[in-house]
Amino acid sequence: MSFVSRGFEGRRRSGPPGRLPPGQHDVGDDFPVLSAGPVPYTKQDDWDFSIQGQVDGVQRWTWDEFRQLPREPITVDIHCVTSWSKFDTRWEGVSVDTLLDNVETAAEYVLAFSDGGYTTNLPLADVLDNQAWIVDTYDGEPLAAEHGGPARLLVPHLYFWKSAKWVRGLTLNLFDEPGFWENFGYHNYGDPWKEQRYAGD
Amino acid sequence: MRLPDWPGHVAGQHVDVRLTAPDGYTAQRSYSIASAPSEPEVDLVVERLDDGEVSPYLTDELRSGDLLEVRGPIGGFFVWPEHSDTSVQLVAGGSGVVPFVAMLAHHRTTGSSVPVGLMYSVRTPADVIGPDELQPRPGVGVVLTYTREAPGDWSGLRGRIDQEKLAQHVVPPDQGPAIMICGSTPFVEAVSRDLLALGHAADRIKTERYGGMGEGS
Repeated sequence: MSFVSRGFEGRRRSGPPGRLPPGQHDVGDDFPVLSAGPVPYTKQDDWDFSIQGQVDGVQRWTWDEFRQLPREPITVDIHCVTSWSKFDTRWEGVSVDTLLDNVETAAEYVLAFSDGGYTTNLPLADVLDNQAWIVDTYDGEPLAAEHGGPARLLVPHLYFWKSAKWVRGLTLNLFDEPGFWENFGYHNYGDPWKEQRYAGD
Repeated sequence: MRLPDWPGHVAGQHVDVRLTAPDGYTAQRSYSIASAPSEPEVDLVVERLDDGEVSPYLTDELRSGDLLEVRGPIGGFFVWPEHSDTSVQLVAGGSGVVPFVAMLAHHRTTGSSVPVGLMYSVRTPADVIGPDELQPRPGVGVVLTYTREAPGDWSGLRGRIDQEKLAQHVVPPDQGPAIMICGSTPFVEAVSRDLLALGHAADRIKTERYGGMGEGS
């Protein structure tokens, strides 16, 4: 687009070169919090994680069982659709590959579901091959409730609303089913590098 | 703003404003719409952030007659519940009142019969946004609390919104009001936690932090 805002120079691009998607800005040390409703404070004893839907049997892990799964540290950039990005965020958790290791499925989509009723949809391929994790620590500390604790989904290559807070499981689906924000006009896929913010982008 | 081809909005929605520099660099932010859908022009309220990139441009540089690239309306969740069969309770902190100003304007222009209450925490009288729209009228209750400085003759509430103020001035839980909270993250957290403690149901509470929708819920 050839439009130029008269008198706007803009702050020069901050952050490491090549790592800020179009239309985003670096929040530095801030970590903004956004959610559609009150923070659910789920106790670890009441938490479990399920793989359900197009599977032979539902797989479920209690908190203690989840904590014994193979874990890995993850350092990634995250990009929120409201235009902030944050570089080199440090998390720790379990790869979704690990959770789906023994799962046979014909599904091509997943719907992540959370305490509080939040959902978000992704192609199954986007949570495989070391692209998605269930994380329970941030910056070396247990994940705070306001940031999605006890555990959240982390899918850093998509806008951050796909990284569902307070996640309790994945439903494997044959057909794509729009999640919460996807039903309110946000993009179905949400690639920050293609600026897929809203439906039609 | 005069927006050609504007499809109209629902009270509570926002727009993305995008600025483009001569070299193609772009910056964008979300701003809540303060005007009622029936108004021919669309009003935004921009709070100037000293270290901001977009808000100082909008408040200091932008002049009448300039073109602005705007996308919207955006957001279908944090909007006025048009056919609510319960009363609606709005709770605002600071510039979080902006979407509620639009809702009250819409309520007024449509002659809505939905009872609505606004509780608004604001620092000083000079910080009040949309004072004309915030006058109490039949079916609309407005409770202000000043956190830093109140008018000289003020006999109303002072200090932050807390559980006691909410218990006294918010529609009680047994009437199941639809509750909408907008403000900074600490404000929204504190108010929603207090409302839950008072017995309001989580699924009756919608929240919005500055800047529109959220990451991961």
